[in-house]
Amino acid sequence: MRIDCKHVWEHISAYIDGDVDAALRAEIDRHLETCEICSAVLDSTRNVVVLVAGNRVFELPAGFSERLHARLERELERMGSGF
Amino acid sequence: MAASDPQFEAECIRRILAGEKQLFHVLIRPCERAIYFLLLSLLGSEAEAEDAAQETVLKVYLNLHNFRGDAQFRTWVLSIARNEGLGRLRKQATRREDSLDAQIDEQSGDYTPAILTSWREVPSETLERKELRALLRKAIEGLPAIYRNVVLLRDIEEMDVRETAASLDITEGAVKVRLHRARALLQRDLAPQLKGFAPRRKGCLGGAHEN
Repeated sequence: MRIDCKHVWEHISAYIDGDVDAALRAEIDRHLETCEICSAVLDSTRNVVVLVAGNRVFELPAGFSERLHARLERELERMGSGF
Repeated sequence: MAASDPQFEAECIRRILAGEKQLFHVLIRPCERAIYFLLLSLLGSEAEAEDAAQETVLKVYLNLHNFRGDAQFRTWVLSIARNEGLGRLRKQATRREDSLDAQIDEQSGDYTPAILTSWREVPSETLERKELRALLRKAIEGLPAIYRNVVLLRDIEEMDVRETAASLDITEGAVKVRLHRARALLQRDLAPQLKGFAPRRKGCLGGAHEN
């Protein structure tokens, strides 16, 4: 059975994560060899995943950790040692 | 890293409960980012997420004696963060329509990808890093909350499927489906915008590509 583009799109995320079984991977690979559109969709989706992961898109606010531990310190003092 | 080692954590917890409370700073430090990002993804506001993160950490300390060690420590901590976030969301539900209670039907929606054939390169060299980050951030912030959570934990915090599922109290299958939907939405949103920044290189269409 030859899979169509829509079928490939449904598995793109799992494909990128290496989370498809060997048979499906082979089907998708075969499809990608001849389908420019799916190849481009795969590449651009993979690019998005790489960019999102690699660019520190969300950072802790400056001073976050210092404020957290200062607050924690105050509360630990206040609470004493009891649980 | 020693602090993510379950044995180290168990030892730390034992000593904290026995009175070495300063050790709690060491125990919680490796969880800070994940706590904050989970709360940011739930609450959407940096200030609110920071406040909720502080409350979470205090609750973790106060409930430390309840930690049984049958879950990973970080997963347990994140479930406390999640409850803190959901509690706050419930309080402000009238202000936010993007509430978690408004669950989106995962089978519905149009997830047709953006069809483009000329963006093959990761364009980070051609796009100012700051500008790129702003674009990515805006796209992620624009996702429905249930998708945003999963992207934050899986693709940004790089947590595995199991821990993401446990932290969000959803199935591993749901994590995968949501991540797929989220990536599809991001691809559709970002690919056309980033295309303009792609290197002007001829002949990338049809050329053999690596991987």
